[in-house]
Amino acid sequence: MQKEDERLVSSRGEEFLQVFKKGAEFTQDLLKENERLRYRLLELENSQLGGGDAPPAVEVKKLTERIADLEQEKQEILNRIRQVEEENQDFAARYLEIEDENNNLANLYIASYQLHSTLDFREVLQIITEIIINLIGAEEFAILLLDEKSDELQAVAAEGIERSEIPSVRLGKGVIGAVASSGESHFEGDFENYQRDFTAPMVCIPLKIKDHVIGVLAIYKLLMQKKEFAAVDYELFTLLAGHAATAIFSSRLYSDSERKLSTIQGFIDLLTK
Amino acid sequence: MSDYNVLIVEDSPTMRQLIAFALKRIRGVRIVEANDGVDGLKKLSSERFDLILTDINMPIMDGLKLVSLVRNDANYKTIPIVVITTEGAQEDRERALALGANDYITKPIQPTKILDVARTLLKIV
Repeated sequence: MQKEDERLVSSRGEEFLQVFKKGAEFTQDLLKENERLRYRLLELENSQLGGGDAPPAVEVKKLTERIADLEQEKQEILNRIRQVEEENQDFAARYLEIEDENNNLANLYIASYQLHSTLDFREVLQIITEIIINLIGAEEFAILLLDEKSDELQAVAAEGIERSEIPSVRLGKGVIGAVASSGESHFEGDFENYQRDFTAPMVCIPLKIKDHVIGVLAIYKLLMQKKEFAAVDYELFTLLAGHAATAIFSSRLYSDSERKLSTIQGFIDLLTK
Repeated sequence: MSDYNVLIVEDSPTMRQLIAFALKRIRGVRIVEANDGVDGLKKLSSERFDLILTDINMPIMDGLKLVSLVRNDANYKTIPIVVITTEGAQEDRERALALGANDYITKPIQPTKILDVARTLLKIV
């Protein structure tokens, strides 16, 4: 009985030991699995935090939006710079234009001022001559005045040619006569191939007081460096047409009145002696 | 007290006025006018000049003679000279430059050109 009991206890002990052993093995398996999972977890954490290759999607979205905003802002700034540069170029071009205009106005002003600075007929003709040489750039030209009694235009001044070479022209005859009769300027179409012809100048400008023509300016040759007329030249021609005519007319009137006054004074002196 | 003294030698009063008007854009400029070469030399001896602008065709003494005399005078030979003339031929330009002119401008007058040349010779930036 006692042996039976001892055998039973021993069997139970072995059975218990086997169960315990299996439990120990299972526990060890669990511990290994736990360690593996912890290692895996650590790997994942590292890949998300320490590695930084792939930031969270929200962050990525925010950054993308910010980049787009900055790109747009940059484009706007570039457009503005381009616009300002264009404006700047416009201003520079405008400045040059105004500078030119200013110079041209100064030329016109000085020419006009000089024309009306004297009442001496010869001086007026000299000033007109200076303006035509220095401002227009003509080398050969003549000023012809209309004699209203004979209806003939006669040269009163010439530059680069002898005055005696310029023939008298009847009103309405040829280019000069037509300009004097119509009051319209004449410009030869082809300056380069123009051959000097005293009856048909390359440029003929009427000298007018309102619509009344008192004479013409006839140009036969330009200075060699003057190839064509600029816009300011046409303005000068317009100025000459009016102001030179007025200056010539006034100075002639003044000379006539001076002469008459002198004659009358002579008579008075004779009568009162 | 002016910064730049400029002498204009030209027989035409209209031209003198036009040149003077162009040069007056330079701040501190003072302009003295002479009717011909002799008058120019007389004015040159009375004060210091920084620039001379001269015509060629003038009575009494022409511009080329003036250029030659100025360049051969130790007192004035360093003064820059600009010739402004109707003579547009290359040989006229070369003759003036050979005599000692620093620049050569042909008429009809262009104020901008005169101003540019004057600024360069007066070393104004």
